[in-house]
Amino acid sequence: MTQIMRKYIYISIFAFLFQLNSANAGSTGSEELKSNGSQSGTSECFEGISRAMFSLNHGLDKAIFKPIAKGYRALPVPIRKGTGNVVDNLRSLLTFSNNILQGDFSKAGNTAGRFAINTTVGILGIWDPASALGLEEDGKEDFGQTMGVWGSSTGCYFVLPILGPTTVRDSIGLIGNTFLDPVYQITHNTEISNGVVGNGNYSEHNYYFYRSTGAVDFRAKNIESFDSLEENSIDLYASVKSLYLQDRNKKISNSKYSIQTQDDSDWEEIDNK
Amino acid sequence: MKRNFLIIIFFAFVLPQTSFAYSSDPKQFITEIVDEAKKILVDTNTKEFKTKKLSEVALKTVDIKGVGYYSLGGYKKKFNDEQLEKYFKLFEKYFLKSFTSRLTDYSDPKIDVLSVEVLNPKYTIVKSLLLATDKKPEVNIEWRVYTKNPDKPLIRDLIIEGLSLARVQKEEFASVIEGNNGDVQKLFISLQEFIDK
Repeated sequence: MTQIMRKYIYISIFAFLFQLNSANAGSTGSEELKSNGSQSGTSECFEGISRAMFSLNHGLDKAIFKPIAKGYRALPVPIRKGTGNVVDNLRSLLTFSNNILQGDFSKAGNTAGRFAINTTVGILGIWDPASALGLEEDGKEDFGQTMGVWGSSTGCYFVLPILGPTTVRDSIGLIGNTFLDPVYQITHNTEISNGVVGNGNYSEHNYYFYRSTGAVDFRAKNIESFDSLEENSIDLYASVKSLYLQDRNKKISNSKYSIQTQDDSDWEEIDNK
Repeated sequence: MKRNFLIIIFFAFVLPQTSFAYSSDPKQFITEIVDEAKKILVDTNTKEFKTKKLSEVALKTVDIKGVGYYSLGGYKKKFNDEQLEKYFKLFEKYFLKSFTSRLTDYSDPKIDVLSVEVLNPKYTIVKSLLLATDKKPEVNIEWRVYTKNPDKPLIRDLIIEGLSLARVQKEEFASVIEGNNGDVQKLFISLQEFIDK
């Protein structure tokens, strides 16, 4: 545990230093142009490379991920629903860690209660009796969101191969997630070996299987939305960037509705034209 | 003769206006649009016919010019009058094509209009829910309704799960212009290409 905490502190320090660096790097270049269009104010780290990565990911999606998602969707609804529930139940452990780090103990209690009920009564999370008992899901949390809640700025935007859109803050959050996610720790940490958990029983590939299943489930739920976005965009890269940043902003502010996160100044401006 | 003239006037102008008038209450206004769109989509007509009818609905209920102006963001200052005129012509065609294309994918959408939140005298948000199907999860949809003229509300934005489509469009347009060193001609070309495809 001490070792995990030490790793976590290193990550936090690294995160803030890296962000400071990128904030300075991002303050040069075509800022005037950027300020004309983007409300989000999030600059690009290296747009050329990101666009190349985006094209690569788009190609991989068409060739691999979308066909898998379509195949997954052919499964009977109860199987898909159960699979999604199991993945969400495991994912809630990461949410719980971040609820605590954000100081949101009410949500942490809700997340823990849901996990306990769904893992036992819901048989390893296949069913979701917790919702029926009034413990509705409060939304997923990750370390990138936690850093946002702590006041860390977004940093610049870029695209990772396979993993997709991210920002400096969220990419550091990805690393932080591995330390905070009990599923990752159980499947990767050889120190945990008491005969019940540890690599002997839960090897690393199970973690990646669980994460991949979650990704396929998400992709399957959004086949039409992605198709529509692709069909109706004049710059798909920019559309995805806008959606990603809006989504992260919404999640960090924990707002269910947009009116709490959207800046209305532009609408006001057109009213005064 | 005078009577006949009045009857013609009545049928030509007054009757169509009343039969197509939407409610001035934002929640009812959205409910009527949803019902009308649904009626068009469930009919077994051709896609072209549905597109035409949905375009008619959009022209009457969406502030297309306002959305077009918003979509330009800070770049609107760089447009001269001639460019703006050209832009609005292109934008309307682009918007209608994009709008109808998104909707015609839904054969029988089930949308519940839930509640309203008045932001200020000019804007009301109408909250609705697109119900889940076997294939798709439920989706929260908020409609930003412009109520400056309280007798004639108009839609200015559609916010899907908290993500503003108008903002996506604005950032997309900005990216196209930025990608061409601030030259707005590239936006005209991109819009025209979209309309022609």
